[in-house]
Amino acid sequence: MEPFTKLTATAAPIDIVNCDTDRIIPARFLRKAREPGFERWLFHDMRFDAQGNERPEFVLNQAPYRGAKVLVAAANYGCGSSREAAVYVMYDYGIRSVIAPSFGDIHYGNALQNGFLPIVLSDAECQRLREQLHAQPGAEITVDLPAQTVTGPDGSIYKFEIDPAAKERLVKGLDDIGLVLQHIERIEGFEQRYFAEQPWVSV
Amino acid sequence: MARTLFEKIWDRHVITRGAGGDTLLFVDRHYLHEGSFHAFTALAREGREVRSPKQSFAFDDHYVPTVDRHLGIPGVADAEARGLIENLARNTAKHGIRHFHMDDARQGIVHVAAPELGLTLPGLVINCGDSHTSTHGAFGALAFGIGASQVKQVLATQCLWQKQPKSMLIRIDGALPPGVTAKDVILAVIAKIGIGGAQGHVIEYAGAAVRALTMEARMTMCNMSIEAGARAGMIAPDDTTYQYLAGRPHAPVGEAWESALAYWRSLPSDRQARFDREVGLDASRLEPMVTWGTNPEEGVPVSGAVPDPANEPDASRRARMESSLRYMGLTPGMPISDIAVDRVFIGSCTNGRLEDLRAAAAIARGRKARVPTVVSPGSRLVKVAAEAEGLDKIFLEAGFEWRDAGCSMCVGINGDQVPSGERSASTSNRNFEGRQGKGARTHLMGPAMAAAAAITGRITDVRAL
Repeated sequence: MEPFTKLTATAAPIDIVNCDTDRIIPARFLRKAREPGFERWLFHDMRFDAQGNERPEFVLNQAPYRGAKVLVAAANYGCGSSREAAVYVMYDYGIRSVIAPSFGDIHYGNALQNGFLPIVLSDAECQRLREQLHAQPGAEITVDLPAQTVTGPDGSIYKFEIDPAAKERLVKGLDDIGLVLQHIERIEGFEQRYFAEQPWVSV
Repeated sequence: MARTLFEKIWDRHVITRGAGGDTLLFVDRHYLHEGSFHAFTALAREGREVRSPKQSFAFDDHYVPTVDRHLGIPGVADAEARGLIENLARNTAKHGIRHFHMDDARQGIVHVAAPELGLTLPGLVINCGDSHTSTHGAFGALAFGIGASQVKQVLATQCLWQKQPKSMLIRIDGALPPGVTAKDVILAVIAKIGIGGAQGHVIEYAGAAVRALTMEARMTMCNMSIEAGARAGMIAPDDTTYQYLAGRPHAPVGEAWESALAYWRSLPSDRQARFDREVGLDASRLEPMVTWGTNPEEGVPVSGAVPDPANEPDASRRARMESSLRYMGLTPGMPISDIAVDRVFIGSCTNGRLEDLRAAAAIARGRKARVPTVVSPGSRLVKVAAEAEGLDKIFLEAGFEWRDAGCSMCVGINGDQVPSGERSASTSNRNFEGRQGKGARTHLMGPAMAAAAAITGRITDVRAL
């Protein structure tokens, strides 16, 4: 996993409340292998019309926001389906961080598994950032994970919280499996006791 | 110390606690489907083995066709879908994982088939790369959906790093009026607390109305916990649970059953247990529910009307309502029962079980469908049981299509889709934009309500039919 530390990049506002993962990547593209070109499916039905042409009104189709690496979204971003492809498709487009007032729990967890930083700021802070991004298309935001800060286009600094273990994994680019297997003796001991006490669990 | 059902199961599965409050949790059962291919691909790339193949069970469900199943895998017309089905067969064979493939008599949607096989038991931690894994909580199990990376992690280690969620009690007192079902209860819960209302929480459903529900109805409720944003939903096991489980193919027997039962009886939340949040609902005031918008919280009783954004004081909420109504092509203030539908879908992991089909058949009997209607049983065992009761004949005589088992038109990735611009009455779980197909407009409701819509061609209060 690619480590995540600090990023200064163009940010785009996504104003949709409850932006579900079906919107981030419609279900009909879940069959696609993650190959070059995968980013095409990102926000597909909002980004492209029935003929496959870009919809000019969609934010990522507007020149200043094109290639944004940070999204500032609204409440409950990534709710719904557990599809991790919703993270892959943002990552493959080049996005590395989403800032939102809240996230669907599974989507938040999926992001952390992919070197992708989900940041929770307050509703008012996210709204302010989105307004600034609308007012100054192409403006940059800085996301600093070690310092746990977001710097807005106007230089305002916002502090965010993140679970310390999740932070360490992101900063070091650590893989969860490696962190599990460090405990292999405990796991084996647990299993022996567990199945001895509850043999009915085994199929 | 007094503990909740959720806390008892959580504590029982803690292997160790890491820095920062993370818990390494043991996973009893891991369910897989064709969509799990990303995890297998990554596992192969990293050269890892499956640590406990006997604790994983795979089902073909998302991509299987619901027609021409006698042709087997070669008959899957869609080459990409066929490839994913073959891929799961290859991966499960390679790793020695039990696979209920599309030709197996026990195949079905994982959240329908695994419980009916007795794989889902009280007290277990169950994971699956699917958000509707919350279904299995109906048995008093802790069951939650995970993404592909965590599917890979469970395959490789049989454990998961997790942060302990908060607990939430939803108490539904009173008795459900006639014609009101578990689907209506859960849609009413979601309408009340919102689609992010239970974020970060594990819900326990309790109260007289919940205790009175059958196992199938409890599964319908727990299934849609994710639509309220919950990490999981669960219901304490009781005699209804044990009666359902006894004699199921993979349920314990003999002494093992007795020792399991003794443990299961210790699981219900202690009387003094505290929840982080509590919400109450009066069952006797509920009506059949129908969604009018583009997420499951946007629902109203069938006797109601499409809400008018002009009456919404909050600007952001108003804008969301306007956007939903635009997509749905509805006029504010119009009675819900005036909404004409183009097609009907009865099935899914929410409402594809035998009792659901019986409820739909009771409405279809002796009547004729006005719009194309697809019935897809949640599993092949459900299909056989329904046919033994003659439900297939009732549906066919009413002009409904009687299909085979799979996720079908709930997610539309096997080819069963609602065409763009068309409006469906659906017993599935999500009315998101494009969920049943690009441009599809979905109204969620229970199976009897969906059957009534098929008969009249519009959304209809089944109690008046």
